[in-house]
Amino acid sequence: MFNIFKKASLGLLMLCFTAGAAVAAESIVIKGSTTVLPVAQGTLEAYMKANPGVQISLSGGGSGEGVKALIDKTTDIATSSREIKKEEIALAETKGVKPVAHVVAFDAIIPVVNPKNKITNLSTDQLSQIYQGKITNWKEVGGEDLKIVVISRDSSSGTFESWDHFVMKKAKVTPKAQMLASNGALVTAVAKNRYAIAYLGIGYVNKSVKPLQVNGITASIQTAMSKEYPFSRELYMYTNGEPTGEAAKYIKFVKSAEGQKIVAKEGFVPLVDVKKAGKKK
Amino acid sequence: MNRQTKEIIIKYIFFLFALVSVIVLGLIVFSLFREGLPIFGKVSVKDFIFGMEWYPTYDPPSFGIFPLIVGSLIVTLLATVIAVPLGVMAAIYIAEIAPQAIKEILKSVIELLAGLPSVVLGFFGMVIVAPWLQDTFDLPTGLNIVNASVILALMAIPTISSISEDALYAVPREYKEASYALGATKFETIVQVILPAAMSGISTAVMLGMARAIGETMVVLMVAGGAAAIPESLFDSVRPMPASIAAEMGEAPFRSGHYQALFAIGIVLFFLTLFFNLFADYVSHKFRQIGSGTL
Repeated sequence: MFNIFKKASLGLLMLCFTAGAAVAAESIVIKGSTTVLPVAQGTLEAYMKANPGVQISLSGGGSGEGVKALIDKTTDIATSSREIKKEEIALAETKGVKPVAHVVAFDAIIPVVNPKNKITNLSTDQLSQIYQGKITNWKEVGGEDLKIVVISRDSSSGTFESWDHFVMKKAKVTPKAQMLASNGALVTAVAKNRYAIAYLGIGYVNKSVKPLQVNGITASIQTAMSKEYPFSRELYMYTNGEPTGEAAKYIKFVKSAEGQKIVAKEGFVPLVDVKKAGKKK
Repeated sequence: MNRQTKEIIIKYIFFLFALVSVIVLGLIVFSLFREGLPIFGKVSVKDFIFGMEWYPTYDPPSFGIFPLIVGSLIVTLLATVIAVPLGVMAAIYIAEIAPQAIKEILKSVIELLAGLPSVVLGFFGMVIVAPWLQDTFDLPTGLNIVNASVILALMAIPTISSISEDALYAVPREYKEASYALGATKFETIVQVILPAAMSGISTAVMLGMARAIGETMVVLMVAGGAAAIPESLFDSVRPMPASIAAEMGEAPFRSGHYQALFAIGIVLFFLTLFFNLFADYVSHKFRQIGSGTL
Protein backbone atom coordinates (compact mmCIF):
# COMPACT_ATOMS: atom_id res chain seq x y z
CA MET A 1 0.00 0.00 0.00
CA PHE A 2 2.63 2.44 1.13
CA ASN A 3 4.85 1.32 -1.71
CA ILE A 4 2.34 2.29 -4.32
CA PHE A 5 2.16 5.78 -2.91
CA LYS A 6 5.91 6.03 -2.91
CA LYS A 7 6.17 4.96 -6.52
CA ALA A 8 3.37 7.23 -7.63
CA SER A 9 4.77 10.27 -5.91
CA LEU A 10 8.25 9.56 -7.25
CA GLY A 11 6.82 9.33 -10.75
CA LEU A 12 4.95 12.58 -10.30
CA LEU A 13 8.04 14.28 -9.01
CA MET A 14 10.05 13.14 -12.01
CA LEU A 15 7.30 14.31 -14.33
CA CYS A 16 7.44 17.72 -12.72
CA PHE A 17 11.18 17.97 -13.20
CA THR A 18 11.17 16.93 -16.82
CA ALA A 19 8.21 19.17 -17.58
CA GLY A 20 9.90 22.03 -15.81
CA ALA A 21 13.08 21.55 -17.80
CA ALA A 22 11.20 21.38 -21.08
CA VAL A 23 9.33 24.60 -20.34
CA ALA A 24 12.39 26.44 -19.13
CA ALA A 25 14.15 25.86 -22.45
CA GLU A 26 11.91 27.95 -24.68
CA SER A 27 9.55 30.05 -22.67
CA ILE A 28 9.36 33.73 -21.94
CA VAL A 29 7.28 35.37 -19.26
CA ILE A 30 6.10 38.91 -19.92
CA LYS A 31 4.32 40.97 -17.31
CA GLY A 32 3.43 44.59 -16.73
CA SER A 33 1.63 47.63 -18.08
CA THR A 34 -1.94 47.36 -19.32
CA THR A 35 -1.08 50.09 -21.84
CA VAL A 36 1.63 47.99 -23.45
CA LEU A 37 -0.58 44.88 -23.33
CA PRO A 38 -2.00 45.21 -26.89
CA VAL A 39 1.52 45.71 -28.30
CA ALA A 40 2.88 42.69 -26.45
CA GLN A 41 -0.18 40.58 -27.32
CA GLY A 42 -0.05 41.39 -31.03
CA THR A 43 3.69 40.92 -31.41
CA LEU A 44 3.93 37.73 -29.37
CA GLU A 45 1.13 36.10 -31.35
CA ALA A 46 3.01 36.82 -34.57
CA TYR A 47 6.28 35.73 -32.99
CA MET A 48 4.89 32.44 -31.70
CA LYS A 49 3.36 31.74 -35.09
CA ALA A 50 6.72 32.31 -36.75
CA ASN A 51 8.59 30.29 -34.11
CA PRO A 52 6.52 27.26 -33.15
CA GLY A 53 7.62 25.65 -29.91
CA VAL A 54 8.31 28.93 -28.14
CA GLN A 55 5.96 29.57 -25.24
CA ILE A 56 5.33 33.15 -24.24
CA SER A 57 3.03 33.89 -21.35
CA LEU A 58 1.72 37.41 -20.95
CA SER A 59 -0.09 39.10 -18.11
CA GLY A 60 -1.10 42.64 -17.24
CA GLY A 61 -1.31 44.12 -13.77
CA GLY A 62 0.34 47.46 -14.34
CA SER A 63 3.77 48.94 -14.90
CA GLY A 64 4.69 48.78 -11.22
CA GLU A 65 3.62 45.16 -11.01
CA GLY A 66 5.82 44.30 -14.00
CA VAL A 67 8.88 46.02 -12.57
CA LYS A 68 8.25 44.33 -9.22
CA ALA A 69 8.13 40.95 -10.96
CA LEU A 70 11.37 41.74 -12.79
CA ILE A 71 13.06 42.57 -9.50
CA ASP A 72 11.72 39.37 -7.93
CA LYS A 73 12.94 37.50 -11.04
CA THR A 74 9.48 36.07 -11.70
CA THR A 75 9.32 37.56 -15.19
CA ASP A 76 11.79 37.72 -18.08
CA ILE A 77 10.43 40.90 -19.58
CA ALA A 78 8.62 43.67 -17.74
CA THR A 79 6.55 46.02 -19.86
CA SER A 80 6.13 49.55 -18.63
CA SER A 81 4.44 52.72 -19.79
CA ARG A 82 6.84 54.83 -17.75
CA GLU A 83 10.54 54.95 -17.10
CA ILE A 84 11.72 52.84 -14.16
CA LYS A 85 11.93 54.86 -10.95
CA LYS A 86 15.07 55.59 -8.94
CA GLU A 87 13.76 53.67 -5.93
CA GLU A 88 13.01 50.68 -8.12
CA ILE A 89 16.53 50.72 -9.56
CA ALA A 90 17.94 50.89 -6.03
CA LEU A 91 15.78 47.96 -4.92
CA ALA A 92 16.75 46.01 -8.04
CA GLU A 93 20.43 46.52 -7.32
CA THR A 94 20.11 45.12 -3.81
CA LYS A 95 18.69 41.94 -5.36
CA GLY A 96 21.34 41.76 -8.08
CA VAL A 97 18.98 42.70 -10.87
CA LYS A 98 20.07 45.19 -13.51
CA PRO A 99 17.08 46.57 -15.43
CA VAL A 100 17.84 47.41 -19.05
CA ALA A 101 15.35 49.52 -20.98
CA HIS A 102 14.17 48.83 -24.52
CA VAL A 103 11.90 51.39 -26.13
CA VAL A 104 9.41 49.41 -28.19
CA ALA A 105 6.83 52.00 -29.23
CA PHE A 106 5.48 55.44 -28.54
CA ASP A 107 2.18 56.26 -27.01
CA ALA A 108 0.24 59.49 -27.01
CA ILE A 109 -2.06 60.34 -24.14
CA ILE A 110 -5.21 61.98 -25.38
CA PRO A 111 -7.90 63.76 -23.39
CA VAL A 112 -11.30 62.43 -24.44
CA VAL A 113 -14.89 63.51 -23.90
CA ASN A 114 -18.29 62.14 -24.80
CA PRO A 115 -19.16 62.55 -28.51
CA LYS A 116 -22.11 64.77 -27.48
CA ASN A 117 -19.75 67.31 -25.92
CA LYS A 118 -19.20 70.34 -28.15
CA ILE A 119 -15.70 71.14 -26.87
CA THR A 120 -12.98 70.37 -29.41
CA ASN A 121 -9.84 71.89 -27.93
CA LEU A 122 -8.38 72.50 -24.47
CA SER A 123 -5.06 73.96 -23.44
CA THR A 124 -2.67 72.18 -21.12
CA ASP A 125 -3.48 74.76 -18.48
CA GLN A 126 -7.25 74.27 -18.80
CA LEU A 127 -6.77 70.51 -18.50
CA SER A 128 -4.70 71.00 -15.39
CA GLN A 129 -7.33 73.30 -13.84
CA ILE A 130 -10.10 70.81 -14.64
CA TYR A 131 -8.18 67.95 -13.08
CA GLN A 132 -7.34 70.02 -10.00
CA GLY A 133 -11.03 70.70 -9.56
CA LYS A 134 -10.68 74.44 -10.13
CA ILE A 135 -12.76 74.44 -13.30
CA THR A 136 -15.94 72.49 -12.55
CA ASN A 137 -18.33 73.46 -15.33
CA TRP A 138 -18.01 72.97 -19.08
CA LYS A 139 -19.25 76.54 -19.71
CA GLU A 140 -16.04 77.89 -18.16
CA VAL A 141 -14.10 76.44 -21.09
CA GLY A 142 -16.68 77.38 -23.72
CA GLY A 143 -19.05 74.41 -23.53
CA GLU A 144 -22.57 73.81 -22.29
CA ASP A 145 -23.69 74.60 -18.76
CA LEU A 146 -22.93 71.13 -17.41
CA LYS A 147 -20.93 69.92 -14.44
CA ILE A 148 -17.60 68.35 -15.36
CA VAL A 149 -17.12 64.78 -14.18
CA VAL A 150 -13.39 64.24 -13.95
CA ILE A 151 -12.29 60.69 -14.61
CA SER A 152 -8.75 59.56 -14.01
CA ARG A 153 -6.74 56.37 -13.89
CA ASP A 154 -5.69 55.04 -10.50
CA SER A 155 -2.90 56.97 -8.86
CA SER A 156 -0.56 54.04 -9.33
CA SER A 157 -1.07 53.48 -13.06
CA GLY A 158 1.65 54.37 -15.54
CA THR A 159 -0.82 56.42 -17.58
CA PHE A 160 -1.63 58.43 -14.46
CA GLU A 161 2.05 59.11 -13.91
CA SER A 162 2.46 60.27 -17.49
CA TRP A 163 -0.59 62.51 -17.16
CA ASP A 164 0.92 63.90 -13.97
CA HIS A 165 4.18 64.50 -15.80
CA PHE A 166 2.67 66.20 -18.87
CA VAL A 167 -0.33 68.03 -17.45
CA MET A 168 -0.52 68.21 -13.68
CA LYS A 169 3.16 68.88 -12.99
CA LYS A 170 2.83 67.50 -9.44
CA ALA A 171 -0.42 69.35 -8.68
CA LYS A 172 -2.93 67.08 -6.96
CA VAL A 173 -5.86 65.58 -8.82
CA THR A 174 -9.11 66.59 -7.12
CA PRO A 175 -10.39 64.00 -4.64
CA LYS A 176 -13.74 64.17 -6.44
CA ALA A 177 -12.20 62.60 -9.52
CA GLN A 178 -13.39 59.12 -10.27
CA MET A 179 -10.42 56.78 -10.24
CA LEU A 180 -10.98 53.82 -12.53
CA ALA A 181 -8.85 50.74 -12.74
CA SER A 182 -8.25 50.30 -16.48
CA ASN A 183 -8.16 52.06 -19.84
CA GLY A 184 -11.15 49.97 -20.87
CA ALA A 185 -13.23 51.15 -17.91
CA LEU A 186 -12.41 54.74 -18.84
CA VAL A 187 -13.69 54.25 -22.39
CA THR A 188 -16.94 52.73 -21.12
CA ALA A 189 -17.44 55.52 -18.59
CA VAL A 190 -16.84 58.36 -21.06
CA ALA A 191 -18.81 56.76 -23.88
CA LYS A 192 -21.88 56.67 -21.66
CA ASN A 193 -21.49 60.00 -19.90
CA ARG A 194 -21.82 63.40 -21.56
CA TYR A 195 -20.47 65.17 -18.45
CA ALA A 196 -17.23 63.26 -18.42
CA ILE A 197 -13.64 63.91 -19.36
CA ALA A 198 -10.86 61.33 -19.20
CA TYR A 199 -7.50 60.58 -20.76
CA LEU A 200 -6.48 57.52 -22.70
CA GLY A 201 -3.52 55.94 -24.41
CA ILE A 202 -3.87 56.42 -28.19
CA GLY A 203 -4.40 52.67 -28.66
CA TYR A 204 -7.62 52.79 -26.67
CA VAL A 205 -9.31 55.73 -28.43
CA ASN A 206 -12.22 54.48 -30.53
CA LYS A 207 -15.38 55.87 -32.07
CA SER A 208 -17.36 55.78 -28.83
CA VAL A 209 -15.37 58.70 -27.40
CA LYS A 210 -14.26 62.04 -28.83
CA PRO A 211 -10.56 62.89 -28.69
CA LEU A 212 -9.76 66.54 -27.92
CA GLN A 213 -7.09 68.71 -29.48
CA VAL A 214 -4.45 69.91 -27.06
CA ASN A 215 -3.24 73.48 -27.55
CA GLY A 216 -4.82 73.31 -31.01
CA ILE A 217 -2.92 70.21 -32.09
CA THR A 218 -4.74 67.06 -33.08
CA ALA A 219 -3.19 63.92 -31.69
CA SER A 220 -2.32 61.43 -34.38
CA ILE A 221 0.43 58.98 -35.17
CA GLN A 222 2.11 61.70 -37.26
CA THR A 223 1.98 64.50 -34.71
CA ALA A 224 3.09 62.16 -31.93
CA MET A 225 6.01 60.90 -34.05
CA SER A 226 7.12 64.44 -34.81
CA LYS A 227 6.73 65.34 -31.11
CA GLU A 228 4.47 68.19 -32.19
CA TYR A 229 1.72 66.69 -30.02
CA PRO A 230 2.80 67.47 -26.46
CA PHE A 231 1.70 64.38 -24.55
CA SER A 232 3.64 61.55 -26.12
CA ARG A 233 5.77 59.07 -24.23
CA GLU A 234 7.95 56.02 -24.73
CA LEU A 235 6.71 52.53 -23.97
CA TYR A 236 9.30 50.18 -22.57
CA MET A 237 10.21 46.58 -22.18
CA TYR A 238 12.68 45.98 -19.37
CA THR A 239 14.95 42.98 -19.03
CA ASN A 240 17.40 41.91 -16.35
CA GLY A 241 20.75 42.71 -17.97
CA GLU A 242 21.07 42.55 -21.74
CA PRO A 243 18.53 39.99 -22.91
CA THR A 244 19.70 36.60 -24.11
CA GLY A 245 18.15 33.71 -26.00
CA GLU A 246 14.49 33.85 -26.90
CA ALA A 247 13.84 37.06 -24.97
CA ALA A 248 16.49 38.86 -27.02
CA LYS A 249 15.09 37.47 -30.26
CA TYR A 250 11.58 38.49 -29.26
CA ILE A 251 12.53 42.07 -28.39
CA LYS A 252 14.46 42.30 -31.64
CA PHE A 253 11.34 41.14 -33.43
CA VAL A 254 9.20 43.78 -31.71
CA LYS A 255 11.62 46.49 -32.82
CA SER A 256 11.88 45.14 -36.37
CA ALA A 257 9.87 46.60 -39.25
CA GLU A 258 7.47 43.67 -39.00
CA GLY A 259 6.97 44.13 -35.26
CA GLN A 260 6.48 47.87 -35.64
CA LYS A 261 3.81 47.21 -38.27
CA ILE A 262 1.89 45.40 -35.53
CA VAL A 263 2.53 48.30 -33.15
CA ALA A 264 0.95 50.67 -35.67
CA LYS A 265 -1.94 48.26 -36.27
CA GLU A 266 -2.71 48.17 -32.53
CA GLY A 267 -3.04 51.95 -32.66
CA PHE A 268 0.30 52.95 -31.16
CA VAL A 269 3.04 55.08 -32.61
CA PRO A 270 5.85 53.05 -34.21
CA LEU A 271 9.52 53.79 -33.56
CA VAL A 272 10.40 54.03 -37.20
CA ASP A 273 11.14 57.58 -38.33
CA VAL A 274 11.39 58.80 -34.78
CA LYS A 275 14.89 60.21 -34.57
CA LYS A 276 15.09 60.20 -30.80
CA ALA A 277 14.17 56.53 -30.44
CA GLY A 278 17.69 55.56 -29.49
CA LYS A 279 18.30 58.22 -26.89
CA LYS A 280 17.60 55.96 -23.88
CA LYS A 281 20.61 54.52 -22.09
CA MET B 1 -3.33 -1.36 17.73
CA ASN B 2 -6.24 -1.63 20.09
CA ARG B 3 -9.51 0.25 19.84
CA GLN B 4 -8.65 2.87 22.41
CA THR B 5 -5.45 4.00 20.73
CA LYS B 6 -7.27 4.14 17.39
CA GLU B 7 -9.92 6.32 18.95
CA ILE B 8 -7.30 8.64 20.36
CA ILE B 9 -5.43 8.88 17.10
CA ILE B 10 -8.60 9.62 15.19
CA LYS B 11 -9.55 12.24 17.75
CA TYR B 12 -6.25 14.06 17.30
CA ILE B 13 -6.42 13.87 13.52
CA PHE B 14 -9.77 15.61 13.60
CA PHE B 15 -8.47 18.11 16.11
CA LEU B 16 -5.67 18.88 13.67
CA PHE B 17 -8.13 19.50 10.85
CA ALA B 18 -10.14 21.80 13.07
CA LEU B 19 -6.95 23.59 14.00
CA VAL B 20 -5.95 24.29 10.39
CA SER B 21 -8.45 27.09 9.87
CA VAL B 22 -7.50 28.65 13.20
CA ILE B 23 -3.81 28.56 12.31
CA VAL B 24 -4.44 29.97 8.85
CA LEU B 25 -6.52 32.81 10.28
CA GLY B 26 -3.84 33.48 12.88
CA LEU B 27 -1.12 33.68 10.24
CA ILE B 28 -3.19 35.98 8.04
CA VAL B 29 -3.90 38.32 10.95
CA PHE B 30 -0.24 38.24 11.91
CA SER B 31 0.99 39.22 8.45
CA LEU B 32 -1.76 41.82 8.11
CA PHE B 33 -0.50 43.51 11.26
CA ARG B 34 3.18 43.02 10.46
CA GLU B 35 2.80 44.72 7.07
CA GLY B 36 0.29 47.35 8.14
CA LEU B 37 1.39 48.57 11.55
CA PRO B 38 4.66 50.27 10.45
CA ILE B 39 2.60 52.99 8.73
CA PHE B 40 1.73 54.35 12.16
CA GLY B 41 5.37 55.31 12.55
CA LYS B 42 4.79 57.68 9.63
CA VAL B 43 1.31 59.01 10.46
CA SER B 44 -0.57 58.96 13.74
CA VAL B 45 -3.57 56.67 14.10
CA LYS B 46 -5.80 59.73 14.37
CA ASP B 47 -4.45 61.32 11.18
CA PHE B 48 -4.78 58.02 9.39
CA ILE B 49 -8.38 57.35 10.35
CA PHE B 50 -9.69 60.91 10.39
CA GLY B 51 -7.43 62.41 7.72
CA MET B 52 -9.41 63.84 4.82
CA GLU B 53 -6.83 63.45 2.06
CA TRP B 54 -5.84 60.21 0.37
CA TYR B 55 -2.83 61.01 -1.86
CA PRO B 56 -0.59 58.00 -1.32
CA THR B 57 1.59 58.42 -4.40
CA TYR B 58 2.44 62.10 -4.09
CA ASP B 59 5.46 63.60 -2.47
CA PRO B 60 4.93 64.16 0.43
CA PRO B 61 2.14 61.56 0.56
CA SER B 62 -1.00 61.97 2.65
CA PHE B 63 -2.62 58.89 4.12
CA GLY B 64 -6.04 60.00 5.37
CA ILE B 65 -8.66 57.31 4.91
CA PHE B 66 -11.73 59.02 6.41
CA PRO B 67 -13.39 59.47 2.98
CA LEU B 68 -12.79 55.79 2.28
CA ILE B 69 -14.33 54.73 5.61
CA VAL B 70 -17.33 56.98 5.01
CA GLY B 71 -17.64 55.52 1.51
CA SER B 72 -17.64 51.96 2.82
CA LEU B 73 -20.12 52.66 5.61
CA ILE B 74 -22.61 54.61 3.54
CA VAL B 75 -22.66 52.04 0.74
CA THR B 76 -23.07 49.20 3.25
CA LEU B 77 -25.79 51.00 5.18
CA LEU B 78 -27.84 51.80 2.10
CA ALA B 79 -27.38 48.25 0.81
CA THR B 80 -28.67 46.96 4.16
CA VAL B 81 -31.69 49.25 4.03
CA ILE B 82 -32.53 47.83 0.61
CA ALA B 83 -31.64 44.20 1.29
CA VAL B 84 -33.17 43.62 4.74
CA PRO B 85 -36.84 44.14 3.87
CA LEU B 86 -36.44 42.22 0.61
CA GLY B 87 -34.45 39.39 2.16
CA VAL B 88 -36.56 38.98 5.29
CA MET B 89 -39.87 39.25 3.49
CA ALA B 90 -38.71 36.75 0.87
CA ALA B 91 -37.77 34.41 3.72
CA ILE B 92 -41.19 34.84 5.36
CA TYR B 93 -42.92 34.11 2.09
CA ILE B 94 -40.82 31.02 1.44
CA ALA B 95 -41.03 29.66 4.98
CA GLU B 96 -44.62 30.44 5.86
CA ILE B 97 -46.79 31.29 2.90
CA ALA B 98 -45.59 29.85 -0.39
CA PRO B 99 -47.01 26.59 -1.75
CA GLN B 100 -44.50 23.79 -2.11
CA ALA B 101 -43.88 24.17 -5.86
CA ILE B 102 -43.23 27.93 -5.74
CA LYS B 103 -41.09 27.46 -2.65
CA GLU B 104 -38.77 25.07 -4.48
CA ILE B 105 -38.37 27.42 -7.45
CA LEU B 106 -37.81 30.50 -5.30
CA LYS B 107 -35.24 28.78 -3.13
CA SER B 108 -33.17 27.60 -6.04
CA VAL B 109 -33.36 30.98 -7.76
CA ILE B 110 -32.12 32.73 -4.62
CA GLU B 111 -29.32 30.20 -4.30
CA LEU B 112 -28.43 30.90 -7.91
CA LEU B 113 -28.24 34.60 -7.11
CA ALA B 114 -25.81 33.77 -4.31
CA GLY B 115 -23.69 31.83 -6.76
CA LEU B 116 -23.38 34.68 -9.28
CA PRO B 117 -19.74 35.83 -9.42
CA SER B 118 -19.46 39.37 -8.11
CA VAL B 119 -17.61 40.50 -11.22
CA VAL B 120 -20.67 39.62 -13.29
CA LEU B 121 -22.89 41.70 -11.02
CA GLY B 122 -20.33 44.49 -11.19
CA PHE B 123 -20.36 44.39 -14.95
CA PHE B 124 -24.14 44.51 -14.92
CA GLY B 125 -23.97 47.59 -12.66
CA MET B 126 -21.41 49.29 -14.86
CA VAL B 127 -22.90 48.67 -18.28
CA ILE B 128 -26.63 48.55 -17.60
CA VAL B 129 -27.55 50.15 -14.26
CA ALA B 130 -25.14 53.11 -14.50
CA PRO B 131 -26.31 54.49 -17.88
CA TRP B 132 -29.92 53.85 -16.91
CA LEU B 133 -29.56 55.74 -13.60
CA GLN B 134 -27.80 58.56 -15.38
CA ASP B 135 -30.38 58.98 -18.13
CA THR B 136 -33.40 58.57 -15.87
CA PHE B 137 -32.36 61.02 -13.18
CA ASP B 138 -30.12 63.20 -15.38
CA LEU B 139 -27.11 62.69 -13.12
CA PRO B 140 -23.50 63.66 -13.80
CA THR B 141 -22.46 60.05 -13.22
CA GLY B 142 -24.12 56.66 -12.94
CA LEU B 143 -21.22 55.16 -11.02
CA ASN B 144 -22.37 56.25 -7.57
CA ILE B 145 -23.50 55.25 -4.09
CA VAL B 146 -27.00 54.25 -5.14
CA ASN B 147 -25.77 52.02 -7.93
CA ALA B 148 -23.18 50.29 -5.74
CA SER B 149 -25.72 49.83 -2.92
CA VAL B 150 -28.30 48.26 -5.18
CA ILE B 151 -25.78 45.76 -6.53
CA LEU B 152 -24.43 45.02 -3.04
CA ALA B 153 -28.00 44.54 -1.82
CA LEU B 154 -28.49 41.96 -4.58
CA MET B 155 -25.48 40.12 -3.18
CA ALA B 156 -26.60 40.37 0.44
CA ILE B 157 -30.19 39.22 -0.18
CA PRO B 158 -29.36 35.50 -0.55
CA THR B 159 -27.36 35.53 2.70
CA ILE B 160 -30.08 37.35 4.62
CA SER B 161 -32.90 35.38 3.10
CA SER B 162 -31.50 31.88 3.58
CA ILE B 163 -30.36 32.43 7.18
CA SER B 164 -33.66 34.13 8.09
CA GLU B 165 -35.51 31.25 6.51
CA ASP B 166 -33.67 28.76 8.71
CA ALA B 167 -34.54 30.89 11.72
CA LEU B 168 -38.21 30.90 10.75
CA TYR B 169 -38.25 27.13 10.30
CA ALA B 170 -36.77 26.75 13.77
CA VAL B 171 -39.78 28.42 15.38
CA PRO B 172 -41.62 25.53 17.07
CA ARG B 173 -44.89 24.38 15.67
CA GLU B 174 -46.61 24.73 19.07
CA TYR B 175 -46.22 28.51 18.98
CA LYS B 176 -48.08 28.74 15.71
CA GLU B 177 -50.74 26.30 16.79
CA ALA B 178 -51.26 28.15 20.04
CA SER B 179 -51.61 31.41 18.13
CA TYR B 180 -54.16 29.98 15.71
CA ALA B 181 -56.02 28.41 18.58
CA LEU B 182 -56.45 31.81 20.13
CA GLY B 183 -58.10 32.95 16.93
CA ALA B 184 -55.21 34.93 15.43
CA THR B 185 -55.11 35.28 11.65
CA LYS B 186 -52.14 34.10 9.61
CA PHE B 187 -50.84 37.67 9.33
CA GLU B 188 -51.13 38.27 13.07
CA THR B 189 -49.37 34.99 13.76
CA ILE B 190 -46.48 35.84 11.45
CA VAL B 191 -45.99 39.39 12.74
CA GLN B 192 -46.64 38.87 16.43
CA VAL B 193 -45.52 35.32 17.11
CA ILE B 194 -43.19 33.92 14.47
CA LEU B 195 -41.13 37.04 13.76
CA PRO B 196 -40.34 37.81 17.42
CA ALA B 197 -39.50 34.17 18.04
CA ALA B 198 -37.10 34.15 15.08
CA MET B 199 -35.64 37.56 15.85
CA SER B 200 -32.32 36.19 17.04
CA GLY B 201 -31.68 34.30 13.82
CA ILE B 202 -32.91 37.17 11.65
CA SER B 203 -30.57 39.64 13.36
CA THR B 204 -27.68 37.27 12.76
CA ALA B 205 -28.73 37.10 9.13
CA VAL B 206 -28.74 40.89 8.83
CA MET B 207 -25.32 41.23 10.45
CA LEU B 208 -23.78 38.57 8.24
CA GLY B 209 -25.36 40.22 5.21
CA MET B 210 -23.77 43.52 6.23
CA ALA B 211 -20.40 41.88 6.78
CA ARG B 212 -20.70 40.42 3.30
CA ALA B 213 -21.46 43.86 1.85
CA ILE B 214 -18.69 45.76 3.60
CA GLY B 215 -16.00 43.32 2.52
CA GLU B 216 -17.19 42.99 -1.07
CA THR B 217 -14.52 44.28 -3.43
CA MET B 218 -15.22 43.72 -7.09
CA VAL B 219 -18.61 45.41 -7.14
CA VAL B 220 -17.50 48.58 -5.37
CA LEU B 221 -14.36 48.70 -7.50
CA MET B 222 -16.45 48.61 -10.64
CA VAL B 223 -19.53 50.67 -9.83
CA ALA B 224 -18.86 53.01 -6.89
CA GLY B 225 -16.95 55.45 -9.09
CA GLY B 226 -13.79 55.64 -7.01
CA ALA B 227 -13.73 59.27 -5.85
CA ALA B 228 -11.88 59.60 -2.54
CA ALA B 229 -14.01 62.50 -1.28
CA ILE B 230 -16.77 62.70 1.34
CA PRO B 231 -19.99 62.40 -0.68
CA GLU B 232 -22.50 65.27 -0.60
CA SER B 233 -25.40 63.34 -2.02
CA LEU B 234 -26.41 59.75 -2.61
CA PHE B 235 -25.61 60.21 -6.28
CA ASP B 236 -21.95 61.07 -5.70
CA SER B 237 -19.09 58.67 -6.35
CA VAL B 238 -17.26 57.13 -3.42
CA ARG B 239 -14.21 54.94 -2.98
CA PRO B 240 -14.88 52.23 -0.40
CA MET B 241 -11.91 50.65 1.37
CA PRO B 242 -11.78 47.28 -0.43
CA ALA B 243 -11.81 49.09 -3.80
CA SER B 244 -8.81 51.16 -2.78
CA ILE B 245 -6.85 48.12 -1.74
CA ALA B 246 -7.70 46.17 -4.86
CA ALA B 247 -6.99 49.05 -7.24
CA GLU B 248 -3.72 50.19 -5.72
CA MET B 249 -2.04 47.15 -4.22
CA GLY B 250 -0.81 45.89 -7.58
CA GLU B 251 1.31 48.96 -8.11
CA ALA B 252 2.36 50.00 -4.64
CA PRO B 253 6.13 49.50 -4.28
CA PHE B 254 6.87 46.66 -1.83
CA ARG B 255 6.99 47.81 1.84
CA SER B 256 6.64 51.48 0.89
CA GLY B 257 4.42 53.82 2.88
CA HIS B 258 1.65 53.31 0.35
CA TYR B 259 1.90 49.52 0.67
CA GLN B 260 1.79 49.70 4.46
CA ALA B 261 -1.13 52.12 4.36
CA LEU B 262 -3.09 49.66 2.19
CA PHE B 263 -2.41 46.89 4.70
CA ALA B 264 -3.50 49.25 7.47
CA ILE B 265 -6.78 49.76 5.59
CA GLY B 266 -7.01 45.97 5.68
CA ILE B 267 -6.62 46.13 9.46
CA VAL B 268 -9.45 48.67 9.69
CA LEU B 269 -11.65 46.44 7.54
CA PHE B 270 -10.72 43.45 9.67
CA PHE B 271 -11.85 45.26 12.81
CA LEU B 272 -15.07 46.38 11.15
CA THR B 273 -16.03 42.84 10.09
CA LEU B 274 -14.94 41.55 13.50
CA PHE B 275 -17.24 44.11 15.07
CA PHE B 276 -20.13 43.00 12.85
CA ASN B 277 -19.55 39.38 13.80
CA LEU B 278 -19.28 40.07 17.53
CA PHE B 279 -22.38 42.24 17.36
CA ALA B 280 -24.25 39.49 15.50
CA ASP B 281 -23.21 37.08 18.22
CA TYR B 282 -24.34 39.46 20.96
CA VAL B 283 -27.69 40.13 19.32
CA SER B 284 -28.40 36.48 18.74
CA HIS B 285 -27.71 35.77 22.41
CA LYS B 286 -29.77 38.68 23.59
CA PHE B 287 -32.87 37.70 21.61
CA ARG B 288 -32.35 34.00 22.15
CA GLN B 289 -35.51 32.04 22.76
CA ILE B 290 -35.12 29.67 25.64
CA GLY B 291 -36.61 26.27 24.99
CA SER B 292 -37.48 24.52 21.78
CA GLY B 293 -37.19 27.68 19.66
CA THR B 294 -33.47 27.95 20.15
CA LEU B 295 -31.51 28.16 16.89
